Amino acid sequence: MATNRDDIKFLSNPNIGQQRKKYCRFRKFGIKHIDYKDADFLLQFINEQGKILPRRITGNSLKYQRKVATAIKRARHLALLPYVSDLLK
Amino acid sequence: MSESMRNYEVTFIVDPVLSGDEIKATAQTYVDLLKNENCNIVHVDEMGLKQLAYPINKRQSGVYYCIELEAADGTFMDSFELSLRRDERIMRFLTVALDKYGVKYNDDKRKGLIGKKRPERPAERAEEKPVERRTERPEPPRPPKPTPEPVPVVPAPVATAPVKEEEE
Repeated sequence: MATNRDDIKFLSNPNIGQQRKKYCRFRKFGIKHIDYKDADFLLQFINEQGKILPRRITGNSLKYQRKVATAIKRARHLALLPYVSDLLK
Repeated sequence: MSESMRNYEVTFIVDPVLSGDEIKATAQTYVDLLKNENCNIVHVDEMGLKQLAYPINKRQSGVYYCIELEAADGTFMDSFELSLRRDERIMRFLTVALDKYGVKYNDDKRKGLIGKKRPERPAERAEEKPVERRTERPEPPRPPKPTPEPVPVVPAPVATAPVKEEEE
C-alpha cells in the first residue's frame, strides 16, 4: 500500500535490494522424472562438499526436492557423485 | 506398455580390470538370466568406462551398464540380486522400480529428446537460432559455385605446375 504512494520519497531505490522470486524448475518446465544417472544435472543441487542443497536455496517444491534427494543418493551409491568431497565445483 | 507389467531398471558397475570380452560376457549373462525369468528386456545401455567419484574395491574406474526391463511381477528380483551380489566381477549394482514418468523419460532419452533440453532451455534456444541462420546463409551461394569450380579446377594444376618448374 505504502509503496504506491506518490508523496513518499526514498533516498535510494527501494527495488534495488529485492531478490528475484525463486521458483521450482521442475514445475515450471514440466520435468516429471529425475534421472539418477545424469550426474551433471544433479550437480546443480549439491554444494562444494557434495551436500544436498536445501529447498531454501534451490527453490524446489517439496515433491521434487524429495525426488532430487533420492536421485542424488542413488547417484552416490553408484559412485557417480561423491559422498564427501572438497572443491567439487 | 501394459499397466499390469512392472518396469525396472538395473544399473551395475563391472570391474574394469577384466578384458573387453569378459566385461561384455558379464553383462550378457545377466541379460540372459533376466530373459530366462520371462522378463522383457526393453533396452541395454552400455554407458562405458567411467571414472568413479570415490574408489570402490581399490578401483578408480568402472564399466557401467544399465538394463531396462519389464516383468509380470517382482518374484525374480531376490534371486537376481543375490546372483549380482555373489558375482565378484560386479563392483556395485542398483535396481530401481520405474514409475510411468521414468518409463517415458527413458523412452524419450532413446529418441534423443532429452539431454540437451533439460538444464538450460533458454540457452539452447539461443544456440539453435544462429545455427539455423548459418545454414540458411551458405545455401544461396552454393548453386552458383559448382558451375564455375569444375572449369578452373581442371586447367589450374596444368597451369600452375609448369609455372613452378620454370621458377625453380
